[in-house]
Amino acid sequence: MTKWLVSLPPTLFLVVFFLVPALLMVGASFQQPGDFGGLVPAMQDGQFTLSLETYRFFLGDWIYAEIFGRSFLVAAATTLICLLLAYPLALLIARSGQRHRNLLVLLVILPLASNFLIRIYAWIILLGPVDLLYTPFAVIAGMVYVHLPFMVLPLYNNLEQHDPALLEAAQDLGAGTWTRFWRITLPLSLPGIWAGSALVFIPVLGMFAIPELLGGTRDLLIGNLIKEQFLDNRDWPLGSTLSLLLTVAVLALAGLSARAGRLRRGRA
Amino acid sequence: MALLEIRNVSRRFGELQAVDDVSLSIGAGEFFTLVGPSGCGKTTLLRLIAGFDAPDAGQLLLDGQELAGIPPEKRPVHTVFQSYALFPHMTVAQNVAFPLQMAGKSEDEISSRLKEALELVHLANKARQFPRELSGGQRQRVALARALINKPRLLLLDEPLAALDAKLREQITGELIALQREVGITFVFVTHSQQEALAVSHRIAVMNNGRIEQVGAPEQIYSYPRNRFVADFIGTINLLPVEVRATDHDGLRLFAAGLGEIVGTPIVGPSPGEQGAFAVRPEQLRIVTAGDLTELDNHFHGRIRDHLYLGDVTVYKIELENRVVLDAMLTNAVPGRARFLERGAPVAVGWQRDAGVYLRD
Repeated sequence: MTKWLVSLPPTLFLVVFFLVPALLMVGASFQQPGDFGGLVPAMQDGQFTLSLETYRFFLGDWIYAEIFGRSFLVAAATTLICLLLAYPLALLIARSGQRHRNLLVLLVILPLASNFLIRIYAWIILLGPVDLLYTPFAVIAGMVYVHLPFMVLPLYNNLEQHDPALLEAAQDLGAGTWTRFWRITLPLSLPGIWAGSALVFIPVLGMFAIPELLGGTRDLLIGNLIKEQFLDNRDWPLGSTLSLLLTVAVLALAGLSARAGRLRRGRA
Repeated sequence: MALLEIRNVSRRFGELQAVDDVSLSIGAGEFFTLVGPSGCGKTTLLRLIAGFDAPDAGQLLLDGQELAGIPPEKRPVHTVFQSYALFPHMTVAQNVAFPLQMAGKSEDEISSRLKEALELVHLANKARQFPRELSGGQRQRVALARALINKPRLLLLDEPLAALDAKLREQITGELIALQREVGITFVFVTHSQQEALAVSHRIAVMNNGRIEQVGAPEQIYSYPRNRFVADFIGTINLLPVEVRATDHDGLRLFAAGLGEIVGTPIVGPSPGEQGAFAVRPEQLRIVTAGDLTELDNHFHGRIRDHLYLGDVTVYKIELENRVVLDAMLTNAVPGRARFLERGAPVAVGWQRDAGVYLRD
């Protein structure tokens, strides 16, 4: 009973401020845009105004699919680069002395304490003179820079909990340095890799500030597209449809990877 | 030639001399035990043999070959860790097969030897389970199978029974002895438990403060401890402070303050006036309630002060003159005899001269 009472406020909060807007968004994707933004009511002058217009629009122009594809590519590349950079760093922190660990973790999250936009403008200053500004490179560099701590922290959290006796046992039983990494450390850190990847991949997919500030006109991502519908084109229904399709795609991806993980374990 | 030669090995950690000039020679096929209180250096010595640590001085030779500079993964020495260190993401079969994969054995050989190894430790039906699904005793056996499967020259066991409850420990102790006999591999077993050491070993080395106090067969160490530490650490013993009065052909004449003269077996070495201790095990004492024990070389009068009923035996605390207290143990072989001697009962207690040993200070 107490358990239910205690969990009531956060549940209410989630229902009101998360589920309701999400459902509104689903509804909006079938509605008509108002002349000055907003939405035309579902029933107007006795006429039913709901339609699949926005979905037809989305499927009717290959540019949307291309932007979706590019966004997933950028998110995947960012996640991979973050992983490759974060893993050695997390391993180093996890294997350093107890006294240094907390300091090193603090250094990793320190950039998060300063304003996000200011840090992106700093990249503009950095990349401007070397002619890399407004390129895909600048977008990915900015994405990696902003999201690296979110990969380091879950990885470190995982690696730090590994029992050092396991590596000693593997060594004792004949495993060299690389074999110990591939057979013991890496498989045991998979939950950390998945957590870090989700924390990087999903926000990158929806990010619009970085491509807008650091990327060129050809580097627009879904985030920019959605933002444009709401702020510039006043086409809320299309923006809602794009958001919805993005959510569905992310969920499908998460479901697939969970399934792949289960299959892997099942075979093992 | 000995399988493992430890020559004047020392290891220091800062102020702590963990292993202090230790020399040992362990033969092929031996079940050898390092026993001592925690911090005596036995685990450090084990890690030096495994190769996780290097000695500051001295040599380790396996089959006559110097081990210095050979990393743990290249030594034909495997370890059963105290925590077992089973790989949690691998099944029992994958854990046990690991050393064979590392050695690059063929799939066919791996599967046949895996089957053999799992049968050896009675885990054939658990091959596909994960370590977290097993009981403590089963995990322990997986660790054993994994360490044995690639037939190491030497198997090191670091307190492998410490995490098990008493009943299981007893059972696995028995299995360990049978297993060692079956595989014929040299076992070096580390424990802080003197009972385990006595039960499993061919030979025991008693360690204290980084040094070896005594090496010998269990019965030798138990019956003839070389000094007070060994006497006190292995089993329970009565230690009476004594002064040597005389040594002659018919006995070692000792004087215990308040008690009087004690006769021991004549030995070479002690000279009159020397201080030491006379050590005698509780089960070597005889007790009678009426009369004297004049037929024994040493006999005294006292009263039962307390008793400790242990089921199979009862330990009586007997207070002699001048408040000297001796522990005497009687087996409860006769039903109803367990509390035969009541508190305060006057008794005579005695022992033959060869029942105990004189220990020099």
